[in-house]
Amino acid sequence: MVENKKYVNKYNFAFIDEATKKEIRRKLLKAVAIPGYQVPYSSPEMPISRGWGTGGLHITLAVIGKEDVFKIIDQGSDASVNACNLREFVHMMTNCKTTFDTTEATLIQTRHRITEEELNEKQIYIYQVPQPEPLRSVERYENKTRQMHGEADYAKMWVSLYESFVRHGDIMLGAGYPVKVNGRYIMAPSPIPKWDVPNINDSKALHLFGAGREKRLYAVPPYTKVEPLEFDDVKFSVEDFSTYECFKTGYNKAYLDELYFDDGSKHFVINDSNFLDKLVEHAPLKQHSNKYLNKLNEA
Amino acid sequence: MGYVAVKGGTDAIHNSQELVEFYRLKNATTPLDVKQIKSQLRLAIDKVMGEGGLYAPDYAGIALKQAEGEVFEAAFILRAFRTTLQRRYYSETINTREMFIKRKISASFREIPGGQVLGPTRDYTQRILDTSKAGETPEAVEKFLETFESKINQDKLQTVKTYAKVIDLLKAEGLLKKVDPNEDHSLIDITREAIRFPAPRSARLQMMCRAETGGLMAMGYSSMRGFGSAHPTVGELRYGSVPVRIKDPSGRIRYAGKIEVTEAEMISSVSVGKKNAIPKFTIGYGLCFGQNDTKVICMGILDTTMRSPDVNAPANDQEFVLYHTEGIESMGFTNHLKLPHYVDFQSGLNSIRAAMNRNSDKKLAQKQEAETAQLLPI
Repeated sequence: MVENKKYVNKYNFAFIDEATKKEIRRKLLKAVAIPGYQVPYSSPEMPISRGWGTGGLHITLAVIGKEDVFKIIDQGSDASVNACNLREFVHMMTNCKTTFDTTEATLIQTRHRITEEELNEKQIYIYQVPQPEPLRSVERYENKTRQMHGEADYAKMWVSLYESFVRHGDIMLGAGYPVKVNGRYIMAPSPIPKWDVPNINDSKALHLFGAGREKRLYAVPPYTKVEPLEFDDVKFSVEDFSTYECFKTGYNKAYLDELYFDDGSKHFVINDSNFLDKLVEHAPLKQHSNKYLNKLNEA
Repeated sequence: MGYVAVKGGTDAIHNSQELVEFYRLKNATTPLDVKQIKSQLRLAIDKVMGEGGLYAPDYAGIALKQAEGEVFEAAFILRAFRTTLQRRYYSETINTREMFIKRKISASFREIPGGQVLGPTRDYTQRILDTSKAGETPEAVEKFLETFESKINQDKLQTVKTYAKVIDLLKAEGLLKKVDPNEDHSLIDITREAIRFPAPRSARLQMMCRAETGGLMAMGYSSMRGFGSAHPTVGELRYGSVPVRIKDPSGRIRYAGKIEVTEAEMISSVSVGKKNAIPKFTIGYGLCFGQNDTKVICMGILDTTMRSPDVNAPANDQEFVLYHTEGIESMGFTNHLKLPHYVDFQSGLNSIRAAMNRNSDKKLAQKQEAETAQLLPI
């Protein structure tokens, strides 16, 4: 029987071997240099399933250092099962401090949400991306979409938005609303709700996106222009929660989850678990500011 | 309280991990020995190694045990383990002409050099459930082995030979289509870089080598049945062991060991592009770890079909075949649907409700308009 020394001893810091980490970091640098451009990378297999955050995990493990403080959320919650599993894995492989506190974290890995609290210049925000190609809905072939990006040929995308408006009276895109980055590439912001999309624009933090199964990395550097696709007369809008409120706090200027209690009654609660906790505890909070949220605050 | 019960996630996953271990062991039967798995579940081991992309029968055995016999899961465990190992060398190209042959058949000729060697195959067994296997005893196993060995006449054993291939015969007669000089010959390592399309043949064959057998079979079968036009002949199918050699830093070629592989060379006829050109034969190639006829045959079919792109036949479409036969990735993504999606769902809900409201507003307006029109004097 062959002895597996690696199991008996320990894994390399942050699991992935140094050569591969270096490769991922170099690809990330390229991604930062060309905001919104999808960089192919090796995407080694991880001990978690494909489609369960391997891309985000690659980035986290490639950039994490011993001093980092790691936070991970799934659907806005620190306590979601998959987030717990990944948190344990990262902690086991790096021994880094982990936290639920958004402001304390230096690395935040996420699935489908941006925290309600504003990010700062010391933070790296890492997205798990299921489908990195925003044009996939209008073009199924990878070699063609790459060419379309190369030539900035986004006509098909605009037509599909127009068609959606003509058929349904609005652009019927929900989570993962396509954005234009730095006036050049159309990018899939991962399936974050429209509520979160304006918060990538001109953000103080570095945003890194990893699609493990599709083997692509991309990035939005700090202070970069990120615009949701919209027409002059048909505008992008965020989810409307104006007629609801969080049943715990009465607050409604945050993304809300719809809950059904055992008696069948419908309630809403703030989705971001750390934001909710802080709000309940009256801890100091600084929310993102964007034109959609500001409008709500003025009203 | 409802679905926010995902809180307490850490406890939940720990309990679930413990429970799955309990389910594996709950009947308190004798623990499976990895040696047993390796020898008695030989074909499962071969599948796990092939799809896991790591030739390591012992580890494949452990993975199968750990995964309660789920081949997908075991292959996944092996692949994840593989990532932690550094790639130190690339082996020299293995030469299947020097294979120690255990099985060798050709469907295209009645006799081939060295003859048809059926070897261990279930092809000609009657698939009747053998209930006597239920009571198999160690004594019975021993007795079988003794009788089997006694039937072998040691004096009559032939010296081990290697054999020329069927394609060599075709090649000598000039029946094979020459490789297109414009074809992309670059050699890429799909474990080190992401596949790009159109992918060179090296990448296509590597992808298929790790692909899931069932996936390849579905694609290969589709092309033969009607969604494509493949119906190749098995030129040769070989199973046996081949030496693996590695070049050391001083440039000396060193023998590293032997691995078992199955290889298929599938012959199809093609008409060469130009008008009035003479049709020729072409070879579709398949190779995988261990013994797996189905996999290499389908790989051979798809190697041929992908060389003539056709969007109307899924098997002729590189992106379609390669992305969707990758078992570990497709399994992962399929199962990710079990993760909570309530944030994205809420976003969709918001849009649909708005659309419904717009629609009912419109209907109301139309109704009012109609009513007003009725009231107006003609």
